[in-house]
Amino acid sequence: MKKILALGLACMMVLGMFAGCAPAGDTQTTIQVAALNSAYGDEMWKAVCEAFTKQTGIQVQLTCEANLEDVISASMQGGDYPDVVHLATGREAGLTEQFINGNMLADLTDVLSMTIPGEDKKVSDKISGGFTETSMTNPYGDGKTYLAPMFYSPCGLFYNAELFKANGWTVPATWDEMWTLGDAALEKGIYLFTYPTAGYYDAFMFALIYSIGGAEFFDDVTNYKEGVWESDNAKKLFEILDKLADYTHPDTPAQANNTDFTQNQLMVMNNSALFMPNGTWIVGEMANAEASLTNDFAWGMTALPAVTEGGAGYSFCWFEQAWIPAGSKNMDAAKQFVAFLYSDTAANLFANTTKADGSKSGAIQPINGVAELLTEDQKMFYSIYDNGAKAAMGGFAAFNAIEGVDVSSTFFEPINSLVSGSITIEQYKATIIANTDLMRANKK
Amino acid sequence: MSCFVKKNIKSNRFITLCTAPAAILFVIFMVIPTLNVFRMSLFKRGAYDTTETFVGFSNFEKLLTDTAFIRSMQNTLLLIVVITIITMSLALIFAGILTREKLKGQSFFRVVFYIPNILSIVVISGIFSAIYKTEGGLLNSIINIFTNLERNILWKGEDMVMVSVIIALVWQALGYYMVMYMASMSAVPQSMYESSGLDGANRVTQFFQITIPMIWTNIRTTLTFFIISTINMAFLLVKAMTDGGPNGASDVVLLYMYDQKNNGVYGYCMAIGVVIFLLSFALSALVNKATERQTLEY
Repeated sequence: MKKILALGLACMMVLGMFAGCAPAGDTQTTIQVAALNSAYGDEMWKAVCEAFTKQTGIQVQLTCEANLEDVISASMQGGDYPDVVHLATGREAGLTEQFINGNMLADLTDVLSMTIPGEDKKVSDKISGGFTETSMTNPYGDGKTYLAPMFYSPCGLFYNAELFKANGWTVPATWDEMWTLGDAALEKGIYLFTYPTAGYYDAFMFALIYSIGGAEFFDDVTNYKEGVWESDNAKKLFEILDKLADYTHPDTPAQANNTDFTQNQLMVMNNSALFMPNGTWIVGEMANAEASLTNDFAWGMTALPAVTEGGAGYSFCWFEQAWIPAGSKNMDAAKQFVAFLYSDTAANLFANTTKADGSKSGAIQPINGVAELLTEDQKMFYSIYDNGAKAAMGGFAAFNAIEGVDVSSTFFEPINSLVSGSITIEQYKATIIANTDLMRANKK
Repeated sequence: MSCFVKKNIKSNRFITLCTAPAAILFVIFMVIPTLNVFRMSLFKRGAYDTTETFVGFSNFEKLLTDTAFIRSMQNTLLLIVVITIITMSLALIFAGILTREKLKGQSFFRVVFYIPNILSIVVISGIFSAIYKTEGGLLNSIINIFTNLERNILWKGEDMVMVSVIIALVWQALGYYMVMYMASMSAVPQSMYESSGLDGANRVTQFFQITIPMIWTNIRTTLTFFIISTINMAFLLVKAMTDGGPNGASDVVLLYMYDQKNNGVYGYCMAIGVVIFLLSFALSALVNKATERQTLEY
């Protein structure tokens, strides 16, 4: 009896290994959608998936998690891919970048000419101009679109408008005015600048590059053109970054990590620092902190100042991306889903679904006529381009992964050391030159 | 065939059948993945990309010139050495005091020291983030009572971040090892202390001449455990508390390996894995050899 029991237990252990390996029965098309659960909440994704099923009859299995990479990467390593993934580039886990670099994305160019389910318009007629023409959507520069633009948000410098009003300060239009304001503020014990984490320098630096040398300089930088870092434009860029590091609140680098970054954001709210680079999501992110403030506070946002008097200020237009893995098993249904994301129904749900805390989701799709969906608060931010600021768009060109070298540790992370004073601007420049040489050699 | 042999064969078959599942699981989940780490370290491949190119020892050559890797390795070694010395010494001293001295609230101290060990490392990172907070944090506030700080001490800044990590790691490990030493110390016969007392040995002499030699086997075993667990714990804490920042100042080798996975160079990651694997083995062997003593019995 004992032996039979022991043998039985041993068999159960072996069988246990195969638990979860059962094949799934499939009678109708079901697509798997994996979307990031960000500050916009997951309610809007549920609503959009339901609306899609209602429109097309295609079932959707939604995975919406804050740590999406951790949830889906294990099964993807085993060759089981979701059909649609909504996950932007520039995230720490770099999952989207790895799919771009590994040529593992489905070509979405034909989606642009598809008719949106439930409407009679084509996708390309709905998406606002410029959004499908940058390296953020066409990473290989071959005119083909591999990533669909999603949820856009103007990025700029955020400040406490009440503090400016109380001191009679005006928002600087040029960098020279910026430094003057920095000196005036420091006399009152307020530092000119802070940043949540060094990663926020991406949108900031891109806008700065545009305002120094326009689209040409930006293309040279993001395509790793040889000698670009020795040009006059680059000299100006390093000069501003160096000076800005001196004007940055000294506590910033110690708090520029995933645990403490809100402390840096709080510095702008409690008048320890004047400006920080951020996006429109900051309002919702810091909403709870407003109640604890002892000073007057109202969010203000401005584009980056111009480099020369009368020059243009730029605001980086940040957007997320949705894509279809080349390994998707339901390509046609997945493409219909991507097309549906640009329907009026979906745009409305993304902007106006009520979240668990009672607030609106507030994600804005880059489609024509979306202005009608904006709330009053959002209008203030999204009207930045109507008030004279130019839009900067784009990102670094894709390159084959290089051992020990990546965009963030080359361009953004060293800012922490620059502010702490442990490296000089020359050392920063040398790192950039050495690493971009490798990026150029590995460019796709 | 005799009845005995027949029974023996039957019994052997039974033993094989019963141990096979565990052996199969061990091979599938331990041996094969470990061998695979060594194999993949010789290839260039992405985490999701199934195409791989054989590159020989090129990944290892690149490691030698990768300054970020070297820094993470330096940090790891610093943590292993410093944390081991501090934790082991403090654990031994506290264990000695709690077992040998008549203190009020002994069990209370034992529980207090042990509590960090039952906390998740993420909770510990949360606790220490509150302690190290720059503005209004516990540590800076306390220091401010005694001296007026002109500028906040940046506990997570580039200069101090490793010290902060060391304090947190010592705090979380201390209780566990202290309890372990207390268990073996209480087994040392009381008569030894009494007779040495008659010979004129004071408490410090007793600690070094009797307690430590008598629990030496235990110290040796825990040292090996500790060194290997520090490599893991350092990764967990740093990932949760600073994510290696600012600008890699608190990066440790396992975290660097993890980040390189995100960078899409899986083969390179595995090469780092091989280095860590060999390092742990070498360190354990070294510690084992260096601490070899004649076993004392009582």
